[in-house]
Parts: sequence; structure tokens; C-alpha cells
Amino acid sequence: MATTTCTTNTPKIEKKPKVLVLQRINAYFEGVLSPHFDLLKADESSLPIPAFLSTHCRHIRALLVMAPIGTFGSSLLDQLPSLGLIACTSAGVNHIDIDACRKRSVAVTNAGEMFTPDAADYTVGLLVDVLRRVVMADRYVRNGSWMLKGDYPLGSKVSGKRVGIVGLGSIGSHVAKRLTAFGCPISYFSRAPKPNYPSYTYFPNVLDLARESDVLILSCALTDETRNIINRDVMIALGKDGVVINVGRGALIDEPELVRCLKEGVIGGAGLDVFVNEPEVPEELTHMENVVLSDHRAVTTPESFKNVLELAIANLDAFFSGKLLLSPVSC
Amino acid sequence: MDKIGVLVTHKPLPYLEQELTRRGCRLFRLWESPESCRLEFCRENSSEIRAIVGNSNFGADAATIDALPKLEIVASFSVGLDKVDLPKCKERGIRVTNTPDVLTDDVADLAIGLTISVMRRIPSADKYARSGAWKKGEYTLTTRFSGKRVGILGLGRIGLAIAKRAEAFDCPISYYSRSEKPHPNYTYYSTPVDLASNCDILVVACALTEETRHIVNRAVIDALGPKGVLINIGRGPHVDEPELVAALVEGRLGGAGLDVFENEPHVPEELFALDNVVLVPHVASATIETRTAMADLVLGNLEAHFLKKPLLTAVV
Repeated sequence: MATTTCTTNTPKIEKKPKVLVLQRINAYFEGVLSPHFDLLKADESSLPIPAFLSTHCRHIRALLVMAPIGTFGSSLLDQLPSLGLIACTSAGVNHIDIDACRKRSVAVTNAGEMFTPDAADYTVGLLVDVLRRVVMADRYVRNGSWMLKGDYPLGSKVSGKRVGIVGLGSIGSHVAKRLTAFGCPISYFSRAPKPNYPSYTYFPNVLDLARESDVLILSCALTDETRNIINRDVMIALGKDGVVINVGRGALIDEPELVRCLKEGVIGGAGLDVFVNEPEVPEELTHMENVVLSDHRAVTTPESFKNVLELAIANLDAFFSGKLLLSPVSC
Repeated sequence: MDKIGVLVTHKPLPYLEQELTRRGCRLFRLWESPESCRLEFCRENSSEIRAIVGNSNFGADAATIDALPKLEIVASFSVGLDKVDLPKCKERGIRVTNTPDVLTDDVADLAIGLTISVMRRIPSADKYARSGAWKKGEYTLTTRFSGKRVGILGLGRIGLAIAKRAEAFDCPISYYSRSEKPHPNYTYYSTPVDLASNCDILVVACALTEETRHIVNRAVIDALGPKGVLINIGRGPHVDEPELVAALVEGRLGGAGLDVFENEPHVPEELFALDNVVLVPHVASATIETRTAMADLVLGNLEAHFLKKPLLTAVV
């Protein structure tokens, strides 16, 4: 029987490109992505991951990684021989083995600057809340202490504090812009001085930065060089009234040492959105009044997620049509 | 200021108390008397009291002024003078000073800090992180602050300082004032309701007068709406508090950051269960740096008066 060929009146249905998803994907993300891509979801298969990969993923060219949890390295890449892109919706990519990707010519894209405004806002919020004791004062009101005990103890002025930023990238520079409006002089440590910011003072190492700062803001990526960049010496240099704000990664700070320094009064306070072993928070911190703790929510706003997804879609579209990626991670 | 009698209405900053004493003042501690005995306390000591150091809770009302025939100066440990009977002071020839400028930064800092804390739910985040209930991979969605429209009631020193900070967050700025100000980058609205209808975050930063009492009323709260956030670093009576509480409890207003209340230290308990409010106990100028600077202004004004020199920050 002769098959009828398609006439030119019938539109050719383009198959949506396949994108592998190994993590659980929430309804919102799925709703935004599925009109553009055919999502291959590992958690919908009854097969264990290795079998799933070998059975269904030999031709997979793109992988979407959302939460910066787990490790994406050689053993996974070896099972995805056709992979050309890992599109991440996080800013940090320390969970991706970039070297292994580079060796296999697998490009990696991240969230670019889409999380930057929220991360910068949250940093400022944490700083004000630590220095002005907002969280503890709120608790004081809610437990009736204002009625019973009178005025709350004085806090410390934010405006004019010397701010030292570790990592003057996208987030660091946005924090600097905000705190400049609070009259805070800005200094920074970065791998190299930034000629775009002549009014900020460059320090060639974190120790010198800490000595000349009242506040240290951590807004750099976590790498082998930056792991534990905040150690006891740095905290001693920062001083007994000094405050550390971390919205980067927990491991930027020597966490047990931080707890010790806070207990001993080596530094004055801390605002922490990230921890070395989330969701574990060092128990001693949970009893301290001179810290503000947070559950890694610095960037989780609908505005950020919408922008990040649009960027992920743009990166994936560019990849599948052979165009330049928008937010490639440089190796 | 040897032997000058100074009525201190509130428990003062230790530095201020030490300095007043060191300069020879005889201090009369009004806050140590129960409320019902305070006028009597004033009368008993009226032959000595020539100055009052008041604050935002207790300044110098008509009855107190009447009880102190030797009163020459009221030096308020605050910038707001809603608790000082200014017409009566004028009538009696009593000088009045306040503490402008030195607290502007602190108040503006707190206004922005409260805004971020409300919108990003920082107190909830802290409570959750300490609770042990935080589970791996879980996150809470909260609303972005950057870029939101900020509306300011009152574009004086504090209002301008708030605007300057909010601009660094790319927030478009609008304001209501008795008259339009020469700020081409800021949009003027001629009524508080219009302002509230056109902003996401409404900040109260004007002086408390008879005209501005309950400036944030039901209509303004309705205009601000279920996604709107109210920040009050002015005075409690700027806001119709029962209306505010009802709107928050019923979800007709998105959130609030409150430093002041109509009847401090009473705070409506219905607010305690809400995680879209941040409540602080009148701390907008409560830093060591600023309170010391405020004390220096009070001391400077008192000294200037008794040395017959020009006052530093006279209002009357």
C-alpha cells in the first residue's frame, strides 16, 4: 500500500529537544520548561539511575541541574557520551566538576547575574539585622519583654562602617553599590584589582582586608583557593566588634573556628545564610544572640526563579541551535 | 551648669547621666515616680527645676510645664517633638531643642533593614534555621525588594536619607509632602492615598502633628493592598493601629515593619502570630554611636543656654 507523503500544507511538527533531569523537578519549573523541551525525568523511571542512564540517555545532549546538591563529575559524564551542555539554574557551580566537563568538551552554564539583586539585598538585610539586632528585638517584643523589662539594649550603627568585600564579582559589586548609599567606605579582596571600581580600596589578601574593615562580606565562589578563606587569623584581624556576613557557601568559613571565635568574643557577630553541612547548623550558634541565621534563602524569590529559568531556556535554545551560550562558566 | 536642676523624664543613657552630673546638674528622675505621682514630684521640686531632658515617650506637656514656673529650656532627646507642648513653651518663653541630623542615618538604615527583613522574612528564616526543622533542599520563596516602588510619606531629612538608600536598590521613589519638592527623580503625589496606590512599600517618615495623625488610615491601607508593605519609623499615632492590625490579620495588607506603636510598649498581640510583620521596640536611633551623639547635642544645647550662648538646635 502506498503511503501518503505529507503535503506542504501540513506543518512539520518540530520535536522538542530532550533535556535530562536527574533531580526532582518542581511543578513551577516543569511548567515553564516543558513547552520548550522534552524533559526526561529520571525520578519517573522505576530503573535505578545507572540503568536509567545506560538505557535511555546515550543520546542525551543536555542535562539540567537545579539544586546545587550532589556531585556531577566523571562517573556521570562517562555514562552520558553525547552530552554537550550542563545547564545549571544556580549561581554557584562547585557541585559540577568543571575540569571533567572541560576534558569532555561539555559546556556548563549557570544562573549568570539572575540571582544577584536578591543575594545583594539579603546580604544588606543580614548586615542591618546583625548590627541593629532586629531579629532579637523582634523576639523581645513578641515574648512580652518590652512590657516587662523596658528598653532593648543598644545596637551598632550601620552607616559609615568600613565594609570589606571578599570577591568583588556580580554580587559583591551590587552589595558595594547598596552599602555606599549607607555611607560605608568599601574595600575588597579579589584575585586582581578591578579598574572599574576606582573608589573602592583593593587589598591583595584577606588578612589585610580584615584589618581595615568592620564588616567582612563573603560573596565569592567556593573553590580550592577560597575554601576556609575565613580562618582564625582573619577573624582576629577583623576584631572583637567585627561582623562576618556569608551568603556564598558555608565552606568559605572554617565553621568550627567561627563558632569558637564568636563564643570567645574574638569577633562581634555574624549573619549566615549558608553552612558547611546544610541543613545542619552548629548547635552552639543556635543559642547565640549576636548572630542571624538563615536557611539558604538569599536568592529564593519568584522574580529570581523566573529570570533564572528564562536564562536556562535561552542557554539551552542557543546550545541546540548551535549559537553562543549566554552564561557559560569559564574554566 | 553648677547646681542647675534638670528634670530627666526617662531613664537616660548612662553617658548622659554621668555628664549631666559631672557638670554639676542636680538630677530629678521623673521616671522613678509612679505615673500618678509625677505632677506632684514636679511641684515638690519646682523651685530647682530649670531644664527638662525629655524623650519620645515623655516630653513636656502643658500640665508639667505649668508645674514648673522656673522652667527655661526643654532639651528633647529625640528629633520628634510631638510630646512637647510647643505653643505653651512659646507662650512662656521656654526654649525647646531637639536632636536632628545625628539620628538620620540610623533611622534610614533601620527603615531599609525592616523592609528587607519583612519582604525576605529574615526573622522567620532565623527561627527556622535554629529550630532543627530545616530539611535538605527545602527553601522558602519570599518577595524581592530590589526594584520595588518605594513611597515615602514626608520627604524631610529622614525621608531623603531613605530615598537615597532605596535608590541604590534600583527602587523608583515617590513621595507625599505638604508641597512638592525640587527632586525631579522622585514622583510627587498630592495625597497619601494616591501615593499608596502607586507604590509597593510605603514608609512613614514625617513629623507627627495634628494633620498627620492617622495619616495611614483604612483608605491608605486599602490602596497599599494585599501585596503592599507598610514601614513605620515615625510615630505610632501616624497609623490607625486597629485598622492596620485587622488588615494584616485578614490578609488585606501584605506586610509591615513597625518600630513604633500607638501605646508603647503595648503591641497588639494579634501581630505576634504573623510572619509577615517585623516588630521592634522603638529602636530607630538606638545605637551606641547615635545615642552618644544625641546626648552630646542635649548637653551642648543645655550648656549653651545656661552660658547665654546661641543654642545648637533650637526649635523654639
